[in-house]
Order: sequence, then structure tokens, then C-alpha cells
Amino acid sequence: MAKSALLKSTLAKKYWMALTGLFLCLFLVGHLLGNLQLIFADALQFNMYALFMTTNPAVKILSYLTYFSIIFHAVDGILLAVQNQKARPVKYVNNRPDRNTIWASRNMAVLGTLLLVFIVTHMVNFWAVMHFNKDMPLQTISITTPMGGKQDFYITTGSGSSRYLPVQQVDGENLIKEGNKFYYVMPVDENSTAAKGSDKETQKAFFAEGYKDLHKITVAFFKNPDYGLIATILYVLSMVVLGFHLYHGFGSAFQSMGVNNPNYNLLIKNFGKAFAIIIPLLFAVIPVYIHFFLKA
Amino acid sequence: MNLKLKIWRQKDARDKGRMVDYNINNVSPDMSFLEMLDVLNEELNNKGEEPVAFDHDCREGICGMCSLFINGEAHGPDRGVTTCQLHMRKFKDGDTIYIEPFRAKAFPVIKDLVVDRSAFDRIQQAGGYISINTSGNTQDANAIPIKKHNADMAFDAATCIGCGACVASCKNASAMLFVSAKVSQLALLPQGRVEATERVLNMVAKMDEEGFGACTNTGACEVECPKGISLENIARMNREYLFASMK
Repeated sequence: MAKSALLKSTLAKKYWMALTGLFLCLFLVGHLLGNLQLIFADALQFNMYALFMTTNPAVKILSYLTYFSIIFHAVDGILLAVQNQKARPVKYVNNRPDRNTIWASRNMAVLGTLLLVFIVTHMVNFWAVMHFNKDMPLQTISITTPMGGKQDFYITTGSGSSRYLPVQQVDGENLIKEGNKFYYVMPVDENSTAAKGSDKETQKAFFAEGYKDLHKITVAFFKNPDYGLIATILYVLSMVVLGFHLYHGFGSAFQSMGVNNPNYNLLIKNFGKAFAIIIPLLFAVIPVYIHFFLKA
Repeated sequence: MNLKLKIWRQKDARDKGRMVDYNINNVSPDMSFLEMLDVLNEELNNKGEEPVAFDHDCREGICGMCSLFINGEAHGPDRGVTTCQLHMRKFKDGDTIYIEPFRAKAFPVIKDLVVDRSAFDRIQQAGGYISINTSGNTQDANAIPIKKHNADMAFDAATCIGCGACVASCKNASAMLFVSAKVSQLALLPQGRVEATERVLNMVAKMDEEGFGACTNTGACEVECPKGISLENIARMNREYLFASMK
């Protein structure tokens, strides 16, 4: 009884909705703080952050938890929506739900579906590019040489003299770029044991790691002459959807978990409303800022 | 006042049913809604037509028998009242009034506006009681000290008359407010604590089995409840169930 009760019952489904939902609220805060660097930090700082977020093992665990929460929240939501539809097979001819409920609370499934579409789109726009695009540009810096010419350098995770790597040196004979990593290419010593049985004529030695220029990709996306404005508008609209979803969802999660105490209800309610307005608003500011105000 | 009525007519459980228009004239604003329907039925009877079947019993708002979904709301537009306590002065001359039965899979229509709410009885039978013999050997009421606050909350929960307005109003046809009121009134008192774990597990299992929907916390039930049963009860049931299912 007890075990199935925590998975199958209507109440249990709501516990999972609440827990995954609140975890995703925490994710939103972290994601927002990271993304605000697009406004308040320079490109290098943002790209260093992006590298940290894609490589740090603790972040990796959190990101898998986030994917799991999104999928679980969506699947559980669909199961609940189906159950709820079945519970009233014959609809009312005249129904006035506006007399007793707020709009957002009645449309959580629709709002959630729109958010899922947004999440997938958003991941295709940036996450997939960051992870799978072979031609992902790397962070460079332009330095004026004493002779008056300009020279471009890759910035790497290395320190000292290997921190800056002249762009011309790479892709030559001795230094190659694979993904975001730079390697020395060395001719193979014909007498070495490693070379025997191998048809490779050279071997590589890791030199340094560059920073994938996610900042550049992001700016280019929202400043794209063809779809930049449409993308900006769609992203802002998605944040409006998020706002409505949170406006009901945040407080609702506490109620589902059994937290309802007259001494704290107003606090939870007001905090939830503030959260639902502030977080999506700040998210929405980022594409608007990049499209209209950021100097390329 | 003269009114136009649009009433759900359905011969029996198998009939598809439809909305039928009726005109009713010279309605007194002091009539209760059910008295207005009585007048309509008298007219229908005199004309040799089948009167409209609807549920009612005490007609003073305590039995929970009357139902009706009036102009898109359970028990009509007024707050904190049952249909028998709704008066025609809440409507204006010339109004069109939609009258439909409570809609839920768990509340099948028997005839016209009458629905079968025995699903509530079966949920009650699954655990909405205490197994203490209270006949003949009743304890002194003050023998067990109970906090005033808890006693008040238990009493508030116990005012639920089981009318089903919560189910009718809920977009998911969820019975959470009813079940939580029944769980709460006993969970808040020491006599009820003894069987609290089994009670909440069994009543929720029965609720799911009867085909009620889940709770989206829209709060429609609380607004439409003629007895003002609070959403706090649903949170209490969520809590009780969480702890009970981990035991």
C-alpha cells in the first residue's frame, strides 16, 4: 500500500509535480544569474562561465537533475491532465470559471506545453550549438602591436605565456585546433615503439584549451538581420508564459506538499507572485538588451 | 419578474439529454430558487408535461441534497449558500438562467438535474469514521483536553454537508475538498488520530477509484462551497497522506 501510494495516487503525482517544479524554480534562479553576465560582464567572463558550466562535475549532476525534472514534470503533468479530462466527460453548457478562479490556474497544462516547446527551441538554439557544433568559434582578443598592426590572439585556459595564442600560428604545420583544444603536432620518431603498427605519421601533444565563444553565438543569434527581432519577440513572449505558469505554480507547489499555515500563507503567496514577475522579467530583458542596445 | 430558463432534460441515465427552453412569468423575488422550480413543475404538470426532476430535502441549507449548476456556478451566483437558500432577488427581470446538473464522471446523471452522489458515501465508508462504540458508554466531553484552536478547525471541517459543489466547480471534477474535510475533522481530534494513517490512505484510494480528478489548487471549490470549507483542509490531507504513505 504505502509504496504504490507514493507513486500512483493522485496526491503522489502532485507531490512530484511540486518537488520537480520547485527544483526548476531554483534552476531558474541559477540560470538567470549566469545569463545576466551577458549584460553585466564582458564576453570573456561569460565564456569562462560557460566553460565551467559545461565541464564542472557538480554542475553536471545538477544539469542531469534539471533534465530529469523537466521530463518528469512534463510527463506527470500530462498524466494528470488526462486523468482530469476523464473526470468530467460531459462538459457544462454554461460555465463561469472566471467567477471563482484565476486564468493562470486553469491553464497550467497549456502554459506548460508552451514552455516545453520553448525549452526545446532554446536548447536547439544554444545548448546544441555549444555541445555539438564542430565549427563553434573560440574566444579571441585583438591586440594592437607596437608596430601599429593588429593581431588576433586566442585566449586559453593556460597561464603565463600560453594564455594568449596568436591566431596565425594555429592551423599551421605545428599547431592545430580540434574543437576547443589546441595540440602541438610532432613528427613521429621512426624508432619509437609507439609508432610501430600505427599508420599515423605524426602524434599530438595537448597544448591548451580555448573558450568556446558562446557570447558571440548568442549576440549573433539575437542580432541576426533575418530572424533576430522575431527571436527576441518570441523569447520575450515565452517569458510572459513562464510568468503566468509561475504565478500559479509557485504557491500551488507549497499547497500540494501540505504547506498551508495562515501565518505564512501571505508570505508564500506574495513571494511567489514577486518571483513570477521578477524572474521572467529579468530573463526577458537579456534578449531585448542584446537586440536593441548591445554594440556589436 | 419574468424569466427564461434553459434546463437540462434527460429521461434516464442512458438518454443523451439536451437543454430545453422554458418561460416562467410572475416569479416573486422572495421565492427561493427551488420554489421557482416548484412553480415551473406545477405549470408543467397542469399542461400534462413531465416535470423537471431535481434533488432537494431540508430546504434550509443543512442536508446537502440540493445541487444544480446555475448560470455556470454550483448553487448559483450567491456565495456561502446552497440552492435552496438562493433567492430569486439575485436575478433580474428578463434574465436567462441556465440550469444544469453537477457534472462529473463519478456523479452520473439519474434523471434531468438529479445526479448520483453515492461515490461520496463510498469514500466515507472507506474510512470517514472512528471505530469507537459511542452508544451507552459515552465519555464525559471534557475528559480529553483538546486545544480550542483544533476543536474549532475540526468543527469547521465537520460543517461539510457533502453536497458535491466542490466537485461540480472544480475544472478537474476533483473531490479533494470533500475528502479533505472528512479526513481533517477526525485527524484534528485525539479520537480520530488512532486510525488516521489507514483512514487517509483508504479514503484517497477510494477517491481515485471513483474517478475523481486531481487537485490543481485553483481554489474554485473553496469559493463555491456553501459552507466555506477552507483549502487548508486539502493541505492537511496532503500532509497526512504524505506521512501516512511513508509509514
